[in-house]
Amino acid sequence: MYAVRAGLKKFNIPYNFEIKSIIQLYAQWIREGKLKVNSDWNKDLKVKFTVQDPCQLVRKSFGDPVADELRFVVKAVVGEENFIDMTPNKSNNYCCGGGGGYLQSGYTEARHHYGQIKFNQIKNTGATYCIAPCHNCHSQIHDLNDHFDGGYYTVHLWTLICLSLGILGENERAYLGPDLAELGL
Amino acid sequence: MTEPALDLKNQKAEFRKKVEELLPNGNLNLCFTCGTCAGGCPATGLENMDPRKFVRMVALGLDDEVLSTPWVWMCSMCMRCNYACPMNVDIAGMVGLARQAWPRDQRPKGIVNSCDMALKHDTCSAMGASEEDFQFVVEDVLEEVRETQPGWEDLQAPVNKEGAYYYLNQNSREPVTEPDEMVPLWKILHLAGADWTYGTKGWGAENYCMFAQDLEAWEHIVRVKAKAVEDLGCKVWLNTE
Ligand code: SF4
Ligand code: SF4
Repeated sequence: MYAVRAGLKKFNIPYNFEIKSIIQLYAQWIREGKLKVNSDWNKDLKVKFTVQDPCQLVRKSFGDPVADELRFVVKAVVGEENFIDMTPNKSNNYCCGGGGGYLQSGYTEARHHYGQIKFNQIKNTGATYCIAPCHNCHSQIHDLNDHFDGGYYTVHLWTLICLSLGILGENERAYLGPDLAELGL
Repeated sequence: MTEPALDLKNQKAEFRKKVEELLPNGNLNLCFTCGTCAGGCPATGLENMDPRKFVRMVALGLDDEVLSTPWVWMCSMCMRCNYACPMNVDIAGMVGLARQAWPRDQRPKGIVNSCDMALKHDTCSAMGASEEDFQFVVEDVLEEVRETQPGWEDLQAPVNKEGAYYYLNQNSREPVTEPDEMVPLWKILHLAGADWTYGTKGWGAENYCMFAQDLEAWEHIVRVKAKAVEDLGCKVWLNTE
């Protein structure tokens, strides 16, 4: 998204549409009652979640307001008491090291070294799951777990929204850990 | 003095000129070496470099070092430094310019290849998926869900629906390697009653040409994507992330 926003500006390309992240719409639809998510499924389980603020979405695009929307959605879905924020966060968050083409750059050792900060941030929350609402973040945070043997799971936001709505299909659970793999089936 | 001081007169400083020309708001001269950028940068220490040092080297005209260090590919251009810098120095912008200065065939192959792949089709897919590939996968997955998931017989995944309000893009990873991951999105859009569509053109959400700092290719990709949204008459270009 950043590449398009920045590109439209840099190359003076006229356009007549709005650019949005679906995260903004998730929040809007939950508020409007169109997505009737709730966190009852996690009331007794108490599975803990943290969330990654993607640089391209937050710091480089819409700033703290979208980070707040993201938290609103996450809390609605997993329960406020089951959400643990990383520090620092929002616009001041550390990049995971998956951006800028890093994942394809071949500098794997450097990428792991870079990601150590993110890995520690996640581990320090004590959460079992890290929600990574950006593809590069998802790949990198998933890989950091494998590399440093983190013992956490990396999930997409859409997976949890559907889980909380009770509509997550059997084949749509690739990233859930064994604790949630069968929930609601 | 045992070591000779840096001979600044003989430095080329051409890159510095370029920075001043292309990043007029780059504030190169305002850096007072506080180190805030370096202190909060995960790439600090890699290749014995950090953002403060990089900015100093640019300012001092050490072109050879600035233009040869692979560190510019180990910085993720996350802009945390820009955000934290009290003088608004555009550090990430300088890293971008240094990337541009690398001959294309010497830039990291994986990034350049992903950019090249995206230029193959108007899909802009960095994994090289064609218009037909994408449409086939979407329709195939949709059919399976309708047949196997009770209650979802009416699920929609429109392709090239003119006049839809939202034009949804999709990272290539889903259609190419894990198509089932698209289904939760479709379900959410369905419940929200969103009027949306995919487009066979311009759907690839990723853009490695920007990372490769191949400006011509980057511009091409953005133009193809913008045209795809406008040709379908959509009002919102919706990103899945
Ligand atoms: S934070 Fe800004 S002023 Fe401080 S060293 Fe870095 S570039 Fe210079
Ligand atoms: S943009 Fe590069 S130099 Fe700046 S904080 Fe991020 S990784 Fe470090």
